[in-house]
Amino acid sequence: MTGAEVRNFAVAIVLFALAALIPLTGSGYWLSIGVSIATYMVLSTSWALFSGPTHYISLATGAFYGIGMYVVGLGIEILPYPVLLLIAAVLGAALAALVGLATLRLSGVYFVIFTLGLAELIRQLVNWGQTTQGSSSGLYVLTDISEPMIYWQLLGLGAIVYLLGWWINRSRLGFALRIIGNDEVVAVHSGINTASAKIILFVVSGTVATVTGALLAPRLSYIESSIAFSPMLSFLVVIMALLGGAHRLWGPIIGVVPFMLVWDLVTAKFPNQTTLVLGICFLLIVYAIPHGLAGLVEKYRARARGAF
Amino acid sequence: MAGRSALLVENVSKNFGGLIAVDAMTFEIEEHEVLGLIGPNGSGKTTMMNLVSGALKLNSGRIRLFGGDISGLAANRIARHGVARTFQLVRMLPSMTARENVFAGGVFGHRRLWGRDLEENAEAMLEKVGLGGAGSTPVSAMTYIDQKRLELARALVSDPKLLLLDEWLAGLNPSELRIGIDLINSLRGEGRTIIVVEHVMDAIRSLCDRCVVMNSGAKIAEGTPQEVLADEEVIRAYLGDHHA
Amino acid sequence: MEIIIGGILLGGTYALIAMGLQLQYGVARIMNLANGEILVAGSFAALWLFAGAQLSPVLSLIIVVPIAFVGNWLIYQYFLLPLVKRSKNQGQLEVDSILSTFGISFIFVGVMHAIFGGEYFNYEYLEIPFQVFEEPFALNRIVAFLGAAIAAACLYFWLNQTRSGLKLRAVSVNPDAANLVAINVNRASAMAFALGGAVTAGGGALISMFVTFDASIGVLFTMKALIIVILGGVKEIRGSIVAAFVLGLAETAVASLIDPGLTLASAFLLFILILLFRPQGLFGRQTS
Repeated sequence: MTGAEVRNFAVAIVLFALAALIPLTGSGYWLSIGVSIATYMVLSTSWALFSGPTHYISLATGAFYGIGMYVVGLGIEILPYPVLLLIAAVLGAALAALVGLATLRLSGVYFVIFTLGLAELIRQLVNWGQTTQGSSSGLYVLTDISEPMIYWQLLGLGAIVYLLGWWINRSRLGFALRIIGNDEVVAVHSGINTASAKIILFVVSGTVATVTGALLAPRLSYIESSIAFSPMLSFLVVIMALLGGAHRLWGPIIGVVPFMLVWDLVTAKFPNQTTLVLGICFLLIVYAIPHGLAGLVEKYRARARGAF
Repeated sequence: MAGRSALLVENVSKNFGGLIAVDAMTFEIEEHEVLGLIGPNGSGKTTMMNLVSGALKLNSGRIRLFGGDISGLAANRIARHGVARTFQLVRMLPSMTARENVFAGGVFGHRRLWGRDLEENAEAMLEKVGLGGAGSTPVSAMTYIDQKRLELARALVSDPKLLLLDEWLAGLNPSELRIGIDLINSLRGEGRTIIVVEHVMDAIRSLCDRCVVMNSGAKIAEGTPQEVLADEEVIRAYLGDHHA
Repeated sequence: MEIIIGGILLGGTYALIAMGLQLQYGVARIMNLANGEILVAGSFAALWLFAGAQLSPVLSLIIVVPIAFVGNWLIYQYFLLPLVKRSKNQGQLEVDSILSTFGISFIFVGVMHAIFGGEYFNYEYLEIPFQVFEEPFALNRIVAFLGAAIAAACLYFWLNQTRSGLKLRAVSVNPDAANLVAINVNRASAMAFALGGAVTAGGGALISMFVTFDASIGVLFTMKALIIVILGGVKEIRGSIVAAFVLGLAETAVASLIDPGLTLASAFLLFILILLFRPQGLFGRQTS
């Protein structure tokens, strides 16, 4: 490990430790914001692991997340919670592998559309399954898992995602993905199996999103398909990851924190204008900060270095 | 002929819809040999190269690399078997430095270099193509010939068993051309096995041990550069009927 | 029989939705994800004109189509052309235009939500039963179907028989080569984008006669239009018309034979099958 890496690790550990202290403040407001931030930190960072280097925009986060919730919702009375997390992870991985096999050999547009529809498709299937089974439209999740517990679990998952991302970036797989993002033809002729590299990363990010959904299920005591498979979630993840900068492991988090704080205000003060705000954010990212906040930081740093 | 057969192309055909781009091509290249694949524009040379490197799938026939069948394999599998190539229009990895561009060729090729091995080999290749010390340059800041050199270094770092150069000399000015020819000649001196697709006749004369001439997708002549360039059918293919 | 005619009528509607997107993606190479919102905007305009001025939705086309043309032309000039100029390769443009048109679609949804609220709308116009092969169908669906047929015929004629249509086709096949033969590629692209938007909005006005819509339903239309375009082969206007009928028939069959809740699932199944077995579309040619 280089000196810079040791320093980064130290900074990360301190930040995580500080973040872990939030529930001890006893403030319900900060804990609730903390859970939201931790959720989107995990989701956007894992999203960027796949989409950052490959430039495929995945809108499947909501689908995976919803599946995770439903696994817990359906199984909480029958199986112990950790087993459900495991089932969620396996299901998410399997679905991601299937979707990847079908779409990742093709152009990015197909992939966006497919993933956009996936959540809606699964939602329709879930609804259909529930009505033909004759059960009610939602599921009750009654556990004794408290909000601080959920928060710490999310932080733990976040730590795993960061370690995984760090490891991937140093590995052949990470280098392969960077080459794929630059020029897929060169990648293929250099001996890279581009399809499997992309599928592996998509599986990683899909699994993380599914587990996140499973972790958050106890927070809602009643799960409904329209909440679990919300398309809004997928879009928010994309926006925050791009706002921060999807090309760096530490990019998404610097998008998530400010965005969630502002978003919390927007949804409270202008609940009917959220879509409009979201649209403006998309345009801002594309036209004003195409490389995200991380890109701005790097540019500023490079300029500062040039000045001395 | 003493060398081992490096590449054997047997009866290979490729068509796009109704257009037959490569028509029952058969030729062979031996280890340590430099083979020129020449012919007028649209004669199917690049398609042939794409079939060998796996960028395109052949419709019929067989391609063997050192005896092993590689016909129909995916391009990445063929690259792992030791075939490296450059592209007709130079292809860089724009967000990476020169050194990382060279790395790209070595990590996944048939040598599968990593860590210190990779760094040392990449540095040596940069040195060889005349880019020693330029490893940290972003490729966007490089001139055309330097990009071409870099592409060659990327292909070489995998220590390929067969190197495909697709019009690697195209677009160079006369003095750059001299440098380019010398560079390929030095590779020949190392005993590399190379197929060059080229339009520059000077280069073909001075570089190639043998030439295969294509026209309309088929082989029309084969032999030393002197022989094929004097061949009547070859002249007709290039210049039309009046000159034969 | 009912399924077949119902499917064909629905297919006509879908053709109307998909043709605009086809033009935009085929020529201007922009995958316009705000397509469905432009359609819904057309529907709202027709509703507004019908409720406010008692104007028939068919006549409202005279107003809706030109406004949509200009509006889409402006969107291309001010939002998309800068991306085209800035992008170094097709991949970059693809990502940028996906994000940008998503942004535009959200803004459309937000604005329509602010004006019309979140309720569902429908109104009654030409709800007269009309006999087709002894089965009754609402006249408004048949009018929309005819509208689709006329629009398709005009587009087809224009693209294949006129000079300006030829320009568009040239840009669609190869923008670089088109540029070399003195075609203003950016202008042709803007033209195609604007025209596509106009067709889409006009379609929206027509289908508003029998579809229940709300401010946020556009994305469903976008998705179906995309599935149709991909199904038909990206560069083939005839392909997407056939694909529209395939989708219309499949959905009607699934809705009446299995469960109306599974229409999207059936559309998706078609989509997956196409991706797996004929990624170039039903009528697209395999390129080298």
